[in-house]
Amino acid sequence: MAWLALIKPGDWLVILLGMLVVGISFPLFWQGGLADRAIVRQNGQIFANLDLRAKRQLAVPGPLGQTLIAIEPGRARVVSDPGPRQYCVRQGWLMRPGEIAICAPNRVSLQITGRTKVYDSISY
Amino acid sequence: MTPSVIKLKVTDEDRRIAWLATAAVGLSLVDAAIPSPLPGVKPGLANIVTLVVLARYGWATAVWVSGLRVLAGSLLLGYFLAPGFFLSLTGTVFSLATLGLTRHLPARWFGPVSLSIFAAFAHIGGQLLLARLWLIPHDGVFLLTPIFSLAALVFGTINGLIATKLLNELPSQPEPSCA
Repeated sequence: MAWLALIKPGDWLVILLGMLVVGISFPLFWQGGLADRAIVRQNGQIFANLDLRAKRQLAVPGPLGQTLIAIEPGRARVVSDPGPRQYCVRQGWLMRPGEIAICAPNRVSLQITGRTKVYDSISY
Repeated sequence: MTPSVIKLKVTDEDRRIAWLATAAVGLSLVDAAIPSPLPGVKPGLANIVTLVVLARYGWATAVWVSGLRVLAGSLLLGYFLAPGFFLSLTGTVFSLATLGLTRHLPARWFGPVSLSIFAAFAHIGGQLLLARLWLIPHDGVFLLTPIFSLAALVFGTINGLIATKLLNELPSQPEPSCA
């Protein structure tokens, strides 16, 4: 390769260093690993703690009606909610640890957790 | 009767900077035309010019060429003084500062490829910092760090290789002809 001849020994070192930085940055900045479990809360109490491996649906009763939650391998979402503004539904799929969809009117929340606990900016 | 006309003396150095900056601006336009999967992930082809200028004419000329490229490029693409302009400026300032330091590395061992990679990482580092401090004051921006650093490594290496090839093929280039 004519192009490879242009790389000096120190350059290889720098490329290797760059690869190392890239390699470290993935676990460093995408900490928390993969989504592991989904915690569904109703009125602040844990309603269900679900494994994110199997596909399933869950109906959570609240003061306004039923909030429907869908679990799929590695992700979860609020499918429908009787709340007026539908913020938690429009959030779509949650797939990263620490992500949370809150259906405040119906007092239901859906949170994703991973192996390690991740804090969001509110919790300190 | 016309009063005294101010005549600016144009040196060869000025001409050279203008021509090189034009080349850099041209490459910025090519850069902008390349579709990108994520805003901020760009090849940064104009940096090839910066690297060649740095090796040929020194750091001060490289600063001039890059500065003019950021200014003229943003005017042509219509983002002058928009957030993108400041991101571009910050990235350029950071990478020029890094080039100012790393160009003292022994040339026997470290070629433009090394400088290019260092500059690319400094570029995204500066941009992420500005984005975090000003545009998106949330740590969520740093989720993009792995992708940006991967892009910096890949494009930094490629640009460095192109710059090395150009430097090898144009040995001690004469004055850019004003044709």
